[in-house]
Formats: sequence, structure tokens, C-alpha cells
Amino acid sequence: MTTTPTQAAVADVRPRKISRKSTGGDAVFENGARAVGASVLLITGGVGVFLAWQAYPTLERYGWSFFTESDWAPDKDVIGIAAVLVGTISVAFVAMTFAFPLSVAMALYISEYSPPRFRSSLVALIDLMAAVPSIVYGLWGYFLIMPHAAALALWLQQNFGWVPFFDVENTNPDAAVWDTTRYVSSAFCAGIAVSMMVMPMACAVMRQVFSQTPPGEKEAALALGATRWGMITSVVLPFGRGGIIGGTMLGLGRALGETIAVVLIVSPAFVIKPRILEIGTSTVSSLIAGRFGEASESQLSALLAAGFVLFMITLVVNTLAAIVVNRSRSGAGTDA
Amino acid sequence: MTLQADPTTTPEALTHLPSYDEDAAPPVPRASLGKPSPDERFAQIGSWAAGVALAWLITQRLLPLEGLPWFLVACFVLGTAVTAVTAAMSGGMIEVKDRVATSVMTWAAILVVSAVVSTIVFVALRGWRPMMHLNFFTQDMSGVGPKDGFDKGGILHAIIGSGIQLGIALAITLPLGIGTAVFMTEVGGKFARIVRTVVEAMTALPSIVAGLFIYVVLIVALDFPRSGLAAALAIAVMMLPIIARAADVVLRVVPGGLREASLALGASRWRTVWYVVLPTARPGLATAVILGVARGVGETSPVLLTSGAAAFTVTNPTDGVMNSLPLFIYTNVRSGEPQAIARAFGAATVLLALVLILFVIARLLARPRGNGPTLRSRLTGALSPNRASR
Repeated sequence: MTTTPTQAAVADVRPRKISRKSTGGDAVFENGARAVGASVLLITGGVGVFLAWQAYPTLERYGWSFFTESDWAPDKDVIGIAAVLVGTISVAFVAMTFAFPLSVAMALYISEYSPPRFRSSLVALIDLMAAVPSIVYGLWGYFLIMPHAAALALWLQQNFGWVPFFDVENTNPDAAVWDTTRYVSSAFCAGIAVSMMVMPMACAVMRQVFSQTPPGEKEAALALGATRWGMITSVVLPFGRGGIIGGTMLGLGRALGETIAVVLIVSPAFVIKPRILEIGTSTVSSLIAGRFGEASESQLSALLAAGFVLFMITLVVNTLAAIVVNRSRSGAGTDA
Repeated sequence: MTLQADPTTTPEALTHLPSYDEDAAPPVPRASLGKPSPDERFAQIGSWAAGVALAWLITQRLLPLEGLPWFLVACFVLGTAVTAVTAAMSGGMIEVKDRVATSVMTWAAILVVSAVVSTIVFVALRGWRPMMHLNFFTQDMSGVGPKDGFDKGGILHAIIGSGIQLGIALAITLPLGIGTAVFMTEVGGKFARIVRTVVEAMTALPSIVAGLFIYVVLIVALDFPRSGLAAALAIAVMMLPIIARAADVVLRVVPGGLREASLALGASRWRTVWYVVLPTARPGLATAVILGVARGVGETSPVLLTSGAAAFTVTNPTDGVMNSLPLFIYTNVRSGEPQAIARAFGAATVLLALVLILFVIARLLARPRGNGPTLRSRLTGALSPNRASR
């Protein structure tokens, strides 16, 4: 038995209202989570805004000379970060020269060469290396590596002294008694210690990308008769290019901001010095660590400005790294 | 083993039962295609032996290159060269490249591993002497001069300080960091994208700048004393983006199917997050937090600016200067006194051991569950007397 709906009832039927708005506990959850997110945004964004706001008076007062002046002498009202920027870049450059080949080779070794039994231990070792405190690497670099690094620096000067980088002023490389003091505490020594912190970061990213290489393509290369190195150059490296670039830049971002190992090793000098083997240099972070104690309010603003410039550089480097890693083919899943 | 039809079976039978043939040749083990043949293995080992011998001859007898570093460098160069020559004898340029690449990769890996091991061993070797005295762990440095023997003074104040500062920093960053990650993955929307962008950008903040920020805001502008709380806040500012980002990465890989299944069963979003998403991601979240802690406990630059190095035990985080392990190491190394440097190495060993323990815990938690015996069952298994029964 069916009842036919009356005309009035049909007119009343409308689609029920659908709302995505959450109610009850969900609303509390959603708004609570939003509040947490907003507070974190406030804290982290606040740091960046505060830095910019504090840096502004200094940048306004000194203008472009803040970037071109090399001396940091607040007493004479001469403040500039040209020398520390050059120092920062040279330390990071040395660190990357050591860290880049080592991290690529280590990542390739873990993903392609190592016996499968040791693979997970090697991965754990690299992760552990990233977790070792930077002050420990500072101690290692200062007490264990620096004498050897100085010997290497002398050898580099003797054999490649004609390259402007490897020159050391006021020394005689062929002297009978070697003047050690001119070769220690240099950007070169600091760079070696920093490379130990940078290497695991870069290596972890690269290894992850290499391990995502489609096994089908690797097997295809081997089945066509490629040697292992041939397979790596034709499949793994092109696939992992994004990871190599991105990992290197992530490491570079860390190398630029590294403080304590550099402070321990270098002896401060505010001169634009491209001679990386020679004693004395300064980085932005070692400048802050060394000068914050006796700084007056205006000097603090100048230090904050220097910190802001450093933050901007690392931010740009890290953002580029993220873009490169995300846009490369490495991130996408493949079915091949 | 060969199969042979039994000749006595009647022709009507449709199946032949196989029987073992006594005269068949013994089974041959399968040849492994991946392993090098004895010839290749001999050439490989021989080349390296030749390389080492040549290196000894050149560095110790012919050229004035003394010392272990030169010997190792010569070993690497000459061994690789001899390998290349032996490869060229049996194959072409492709084989040579392959062998050279293999040797370069292996040596790079050895170099990296030995660098890590040398770091740990070197610090422990220089630091074991003060650690032999129990008072190193039970006393602080109040009233102890820099030249006093190791039977006086210790690093208790630094350990306590590190613990308090890290505890406060963790109490701030843990709810905020994981809450933000939940917001970014589970709530979403335009605002969440802004938060994610800013958080990712702030992971680039150098730790010294985080310290300088707290120094300027709290100590200079608000006239708050240098204290454990200021140091904890500096560490928190540095750790917050790191933990939030790592937790975000972990939550994003929780399978969407699990969420949808929970919602389809009628659970609210809040319950889905609490009972499905977070438990699924728990090992990953623990790893993210512990690695963040390991980073925070070893970071010197923020505490250098904000806490001030006290020689005595301070337990109240708002009450003036408070030491911590990294800062203790730094100030003692900078003092230049041999005895103080030895103490610094002792403290560095403790710090390294602490990080190592945290790291091992993180690894154990990150182990996927249901894949092999759990930690507890393995422990009870190892401790129980009748192990054969398992």
C-alpha cells in the first residue's frame, strides 16, 4: 500500500543543509589547534619581525657602508660587516669543499656499495654524526685537527702559493724553521671542523634521495651490461640531482650559521681576507658571540642587524634548497 | 637429482612416482652471479697489497714524506693506481672507471667513519682522567680553583643546569610544536599554509641569533637577570621550529586511509586525531622530539649569551646565573689552564654519552612495530635463564 505525498508535502522537501562547520568537541579541537598554530606563528614570526625592526635603525644610520665597511669599531663609529661576511663565506666555502665530495661519496657508498648487513649501521652512524654537539667538533678541530691542518696549509702554500687563496702573508714557506703560528686559527681550520657538522646533514638528504631511485631503472641499466659505476652515472646520479643540490644547500645554510666551533678555533680579525690559510678571520656569528657582552644599546642594534643579514642569507639558501628538492623528480613516486 | 620413471609400474597408471637415482651426479651449488670470481678477488687483493707495499717503499725509503698521514695518502693513491692497471689488463676503460670509483667510494666511507670514531675516541681519551673520580659527578665547582686536582670539584651543577633548562624548553616546545604540527596537517586551510611557511623559514634561524634575540628582549630591554629561564627560552626559540617541522613531516606520512576509516566509523575529528593519527605516528614523533632534544642539549651559542656561567649549583631557574654542560665546556676550554681543559673534556664525554643515550632511545622507538620482537620481549628473552625455549 503506498501513499502518494500530498502536493504541500512535496513542496516542502528540500535538500538538507550540509555544513562543514564542526560542532561540539570538534569545534573546540579545531579552534584550539588554530590558537596553537597562531601562537607559534606569533613566536617564530615575531623573532624575524623583531630582528628586522631592530636592524632598521642601524641600516638607516650607516646605509650601504654597513655592507662595504670592513672594520667593526663602535668606538670610532665605524661599523660594517664586509669583513665578517667574507669570513663567513670563506669558512662555509672551505667546509663545503670538504663536505660535498665526502657526503656524495658516503651517500653513494651507503646506497650502492656497502654490504647490506652494514647498511643500517652506517645510516645510524651518519644520523649520530648529525646529533653530536657542535662544541665537541670544536674540541676535536682545535686539539686534534689543527696541528695537522696547519701542516697541510704549509704544504698547500709551498706547492700552490701562487693561487691567491693559498698565500700566507709575512711568511717564508721555505724557511728552515717553520713559523706555525701564522697557519693556525685560520678559516681553513675552522672550515674543517664545520664540515664535520655539515657533512651528515647533506649526506642524509642525498642518501634518502638515492635510495628512492626506482629499482627497475637500476636493474635495466645493469641488465644492459652497465658496470656499477655506469649504472650510478646513468641512473642514480641523474635521478638524485635534486637531492644532491638540495642537500648541499641545506648543509651550506648550517655552515653559514655555525658559531661555537668557529669561535673556539679562529682568532678574531676584522680584515677582508681571501687568504684562507692565514691566521685570523671572523664570521657573523663569531662576531656576535664575541661582542655582545660589552655592547651598548646601539651596538646591540648593529649586532642584531648583522644577525638579521645572516638570517636572511641562510633563509634564502634554505628556501632555494627546499624548492630544488621538492621540484626534482626525486620527490615524485614512480611506477617504472 | 634426476627423475626416472619406475619401469615396474603398470601401463594403466597415469602418474609416475619419482624415485631417487643412486647413480646421478651430486647436486652442484648454484653459482652466484653477483660475487667476484676467484680471479677477480685475487687481482683485487693483490693490487691493494702491491699498493701498500709501494706506499711503504716510497714514503719510508725514497721520498722524505714521514708520518702516518702521508703513508695513508700514498696507500690510497697507489692502491687505486695499481687497481686501475690490473683492471686495464683484463678489460677496457669502463672497467677501469668502475674499479677506481669503487675504491674512491670505499676510501671516502672509511675516512668518514674514522673521523666520527676519532671524534668520540679522542674526546673520551682526553676526558677519562677526571671522570675516574666519583666527585666529578657529585660535586660542583664552588670554591675549587682552576689548578686544583681532580679529587675536588665536579660538574654536578652543569648537569643539573642542563637538565632544568632542557626541561623548561621541552615543556614549552613539546605541546606547541606537536600542536602546530597537528594544526598544519589535520585542520589545514589557508592559515595553516602561512604557519607552515613561517615555521619552515624559521628553521633557518642560526642558533646564535635566537640567543641574541632573547638576550636583547629579556635581559637588556626587560631587565631580567641572566638565568636558567632565559637560557631555556633561548633554547625553546631555537628548538620550536625544528620540532614543529619534524613532527609535521611525521604526521604527513600517516596513511589517509586510516583517517578516513575512523571518520567513516563515525568518530569525530578530535577522536580521530587522538586515537588514530597520534598513536600511529607515535614512534616518529618520539624520534623527532628526541633528536630535537639532542640538538638542544648540545647547542652552546644560545646559552652562552643568556645564562652566565656559575660555579655553584643553582636549582631555581629564575634566580640568577646557571651553568650548563656546553657552557661549562666552553668556558673551561677558553681558560687555557690544562687542568680546566681536562675537566672540559670530561664534561664533553658526559655530554657525548648523554646525546648517545638519547640517540639510541630514538632509534629504538623509531623501529617499526610488529616487525620482529619488541624491545621488552628481547630484554626478557636475554635475561631469562632458559633461552633455548624461545
